[in-house]
Amino acid sequence: MKKFVKAASAVLAASMVLSTTAFADATYKIGGIGPVTGPASAYGTAVMNAAQIAVDEINEAGGVNGYQLEFNPQDDEHDAEKSVNAYNTLKDWGMQMLLGTVTTNPCIAVSAEAAADNLFLLTPSASSEQAISAGDNEFQVCFTDPAQGTASAQYIGEHELASKVAVIYNSSDAYSAGIYATFRAEAENQPFEIVGGDLAFTDDSKTDFSAQIQAAKDAGAELVFMPFYYNEASIVFTQAASMDYSPIWFGVDGMDGILTVEGFDTSLAEGVMLLTPFSADAEDDLTKNFVAKYQEQFGEVPNQFAADAYDGIYALKAGLEKSGVSAEADFTEISDALKAAFTEIEVEGLTGVMTWTADGHVSKTPKAVVIENGAYKGL
Amino acid sequence: MKDKTLKSNLITYGMVIAAYIVVQILLTTGNLSSLFKGLLVPLCVYAVLAVSLNLVVGISGELSLGHAGFMCVGAFASAFFSKCMQNIITISGLRFFLAILVGAAVAAVFGVLIGIPVLRLRGDYLAIVTLAFGEIIKNVINIFYIGIDSNGFHMSITDQFSMGMEPTGTMIITGPQGITGTPKDSTFTAGIILVLITLFIVLNLINSRDGRAIKSIRDNRIAAESIGINITKYKLMAFTVSAALAGAAGALYAHNLAALQASKFNFNTSILVLVFVVLGGIGNIRGSVIAAVILTALPEMLRFLSDYRMLIYAIVLIVMMLFNWAPKALEWRERYLGRFFKKTVKEGK
Repeated sequence: MKKFVKAASAVLAASMVLSTTAFADATYKIGGIGPVTGPASAYGTAVMNAAQIAVDEINEAGGVNGYQLEFNPQDDEHDAEKSVNAYNTLKDWGMQMLLGTVTTNPCIAVSAEAAADNLFLLTPSASSEQAISAGDNEFQVCFTDPAQGTASAQYIGEHELASKVAVIYNSSDAYSAGIYATFRAEAENQPFEIVGGDLAFTDDSKTDFSAQIQAAKDAGAELVFMPFYYNEASIVFTQAASMDYSPIWFGVDGMDGILTVEGFDTSLAEGVMLLTPFSADAEDDLTKNFVAKYQEQFGEVPNQFAADAYDGIYALKAGLEKSGVSAEADFTEISDALKAAFTEIEVEGLTGVMTWTADGHVSKTPKAVVIENGAYKGL
Repeated sequence: MKDKTLKSNLITYGMVIAAYIVVQILLTTGNLSSLFKGLLVPLCVYAVLAVSLNLVVGISGELSLGHAGFMCVGAFASAFFSKCMQNIITISGLRFFLAILVGAAVAAVFGVLIGIPVLRLRGDYLAIVTLAFGEIIKNVINIFYIGIDSNGFHMSITDQFSMGMEPTGTMIITGPQGITGTPKDSTFTAGIILVLITLFIVLNLINSRDGRAIKSIRDNRIAAESIGINITKYKLMAFTVSAALAGAAGALYAHNLAALQASKFNFNTSILVLVFVVLGGIGNIRGSVIAAVILTALPEMLRFLSDYRMLIYAIVLIVMMLFNWAPKALEWRERYLGRFFKKTVKEGK
């Protein structure tokens, strides 16, 4: 215990030194929380990389309200407890607003803390309702799950893509289960039926989908709705091909990235339809510029997580400019200012034109795309 | 002999109380960073877990790899209780106290149920079976959907649509997504009290007649049996007390975070607690507390290393293990540090 106290005081001393040097020149301090290590690290890394690109761009162009931005990414290993620790670390650093957290369950834990502190939270990718429901200082860049599930069901119904639909989903993931819940609710109003029963998998069983695919096949599903991420989807496609099953595949924004999976035969993804706010192949200058920068710095094609994070930083910039709040203000003042400003701003980003409601939800239009010849094509 | 034990126990209690006083002083003077404020409750949780596991591993001599399972049961039972009672018992202190009791009691029941088959095995076999039970608990809790509406409770083990709940009802346990929005009742004071109670129970048990019986089974099962000690009874006693304390730690954990998922309580968590016990010294209760505190705080203090954090943490762990327990390191410590820290080295053994 002595060691602990010694170590504690050492850390305190160190943080004091850090904070005094940092406050010498005021900047907007933006914290970032997401899994940079562990199984979900692909998402966290994409967010941190893209946010850094956006921060560098803004700083080069002269900053916001005359101040520079500073971005501090912290790892949470996709664990709620570690996420709260990361949040507290960032508070010690002097964080004034938070771009995070990346994954949903840690975000629920952190949002409770942020609501209690009144620290502005903008999550790029935690899409469940609960992730931003703890307080009025919490906003999302991505769609909420309900919006995606409803939109997907309506799209399938309106275009009469199928009469029998099977849904494979990840019941241990709030994102996937949330979309499934609203998809299923909306399906009752649509001219198709859900067949095959409950085809759930969990994080512990996401390497073999043959049971779910077989059940969908036996039930005669013409379309399989897949509200989960592209890594698992690539396995589903590969296994379905070996089982001679080729329904219409329909994904959501998590499917974006399927063409970049290493060792995956992209011809298997031919004809996959997905609703996504971002596609790396889009022809507009903003996307081209971002994709080129990301590829140059990190050697990968950015996915939708990266796009949401990039837009998140620009949304913060727009909010700060609208409210005109100073970088010397403390985090509650900034939070109050941003809360008011966010319902008034309109941001044109990589993922479309975004506006926000007071309860934190974003409104933007999902684009339906289909994969043809190894590339997205708008529908 | 008696005095020595008493003195050693008093040092252990004193250490915890001193830490509490120091932290309170730092808190009131505003000198404690947010990170440490946030870490205070988890430190207590892991200290309680390590002490309770040490009772099974160190005192009863059975290698248990399923400790997180009992923590899981306690966490879910207590969080469930608190969610249901949130509007009925409005005094948070009382509700939390009852929640801890519920968590400990439910975990104790599971301890007995699991202990009966498991304790028929020995050594490696027992370790593997506890591992399996830990995973079973986690996976069983994963499939439960429980909600409440004006008609009372609804339960399902497939999904939340088959429960037939009214739209106004609220979900309490949502399958693998667990429980969200548990009232944040855990405080550092409650945590420290729980640590002290745990130490009191475990240290008293160890030094009691029952404790000597448990240790005699560990040291020589045949000899113990031959003098009429009821092996099953004493082993089950240690196992159940340990499970109940882990359940209480789970309750403390659940009321500290707004998001609780069963997947957190996998065998990684069990192994983590076992690492605390081994590093602190098998059978050394005070060591468990110290090791739990250091190893929980360490990865957070290494945050400045960013990408290398987990790598350095692993290396530090290896170095600490070697320094503490390699025979040569023990010898070296005796020779050079023994002069200054004679007492500490002796007690550490």
